[in-house]
Amino acid sequence: MTTISMRVNGKDVSAAAEGNTLLVNFLREGLRLTGTHVGCDTSQCGACVVHVDGVAVKSCTMFAADAEGAEITTIEGMANPDGSLGTIQQAFRDYHGLQCGFCTPGMVMIAADLLKNNPDPSEQEIRDYLEGNICRCTGYHNIVKAIQAAAGQNVPSVAAG
Amino acid sequence: MYAFDFVKPTSIDEAIQALSEGEAQALGGGQTLIPTLKARLADPGTLVSLAHIADLKYVRVNGDVIEIGGGTTHATVAAQAAEAYPGLADLAGRIGDPSVRNRGTIGGSLANNDPSACYPAAALGSGATIVTNTREIAADDYFQGMFTTALEEGEIVTAVRFPIPQAAHYEKMAQPASRFPLVAVFVAKYADGVRVAVTGASNNGVFRWAEAEQALSSNFSAGAIEGLRHSAEDMIADIHGTAAYRAHLIGVMTRRAVEKLT
Ligand SMILES: Cc1cc2nc3c(=O)[nH]c(=O)nc-3n(C[C@H](O)[C@H](O)[C@H](O)COP(=O)(O)OP(=O)(O)OC[C@H]3O[C@@H](n4cnc5c(N)ncnc54)[C@H](O)[C@@H]3O)c2cc1C
Ligand code: FES
Ligand code: FES
Repeated sequence: MTTISMRVNGKDVSAAAEGNTLLVNFLREGLRLTGTHVGCDTSQCGACVVHVDGVAVKSCTMFAADAEGAEITTIEGMANPDGSLGTIQQAFRDYHGLQCGFCTPGMVMIAADLLKNNPDPSEQEIRDYLEGNICRCTGYHNIVKAIQAAAGQNVPSVAAG
Repeated sequence: MYAFDFVKPTSIDEAIQALSEGEAQALGGGQTLIPTLKARLADPGTLVSLAHIADLKYVRVNGDVIEIGGGTTHATVAAQAAEAYPGLADLAGRIGDPSVRNRGTIGGSLANNDPSACYPAAALGSGATIVTNTREIAADDYFQGMFTTALEEGEIVTAVRFPIPQAAHYEKMAQPASRFPLVAVFVAKYADGVRVAVTGASNNGVFRWAEAEQALSSNFSAGAIEGLRHSAEDMIADIHGTAAYRAHLIGVMTRRAVEKLT
């Protein structure tokens, strides 16, 4: 057991880890940041996506030890400083981009990564970027709309619920 | 996962030293090895992470050769090789998904030699040279069958040198669930001839389709291989496709690749 330090959502943190501790378990169990989810054991679902030194990574497929000293952003770091929802989160809410919400942390993180690299993506570019993020509920349409809206594109609103 | 020690060398020499000390295994981006460890299909005593070795991460163009460090991620190749070797950058940019491409490395992919992986097709199709800590291996000698390469125990891929072709294209039929190639073909046109490498199809892993190479070298057009069929012998057969279907796809993917280039 060693102690690993990194910077998570702007704060210096440390917690104990074994050689085989995955980043996702370090975040969830070591730091109690349980917003990052684990949906599979095969690196396919993307519920665990976080940003490591500015790029999207499946935190279930990276060891905590490899993230030592890195700058990490998780879903807990996506709200505005006053605690209100960030732009992408608000768009997911407005456009019904979630149902059960299990995939949502990963969807928001991959969307943020996309918009950083490509601030005005086409619908097809959004769908391609979601390749590694699986949603069992929404059928993706409203997730795509939410990301378009977060990009400032004019998207028809969904029927009020 | 079984327990193991984790070391993070910062130079190639330190990594080789760590790998020589019994039951140690290299960790590239972990996009294949970590799922394997989770399934308890591997049990190393020590994992030697290659992710902190700056000398393994680069894309460099020297005349008509592009050299890529063994620890370079798919995302970096997609971005930095785009100008010098667009066919290769395009292949790298379509591996898996964005998060996988931010971690997975060219060295890990070539060391693993999955029979359905993308990079082996580019390396064999370009007549690349695989550079290790001890030697240089021609791609034609490097790939030795499904999950098998010329690498020795403790030897790592430090770089890959690709001769830059006049034109190249990778045509991939994605398997709908995993998005790995069901069958994919890399076609590269050089001044001295055309190379055609096929992945996803054969029980023996990546291979060159000699008949198509011959036909395309004398006449680089889809018409030149119109009637050409690959045999279904030794092709992979599984729930995603029969041997005959895969053999058929080899022809279709090759023709589509050539059409994109002509
Ligand atoms: C969801 C998903 C989708 C994917 N889709 C595709 C796809 O479409 N096409 C495709 O080709 N691949 C795909 N992959 C695999 C991906 O490209 C892997 O990154 C790659 O196969 C292995 O590279 P790595 O750096 O992650 O290696 P690791 O997983 O770290 O290692 C793999 C093996 O190589 C060894 N190794 C690692 N680096 C070196 C080195 N430098 N020298 C010697 N040995 C080394 C390790 O010991 C291990 O045995 C996918 C993976 C996932 C999780
Ligand atoms: S939990 Fe990480 S990809 Fe599914
Ligand atoms: S909202 Fe339920 S999995 Fe996506």
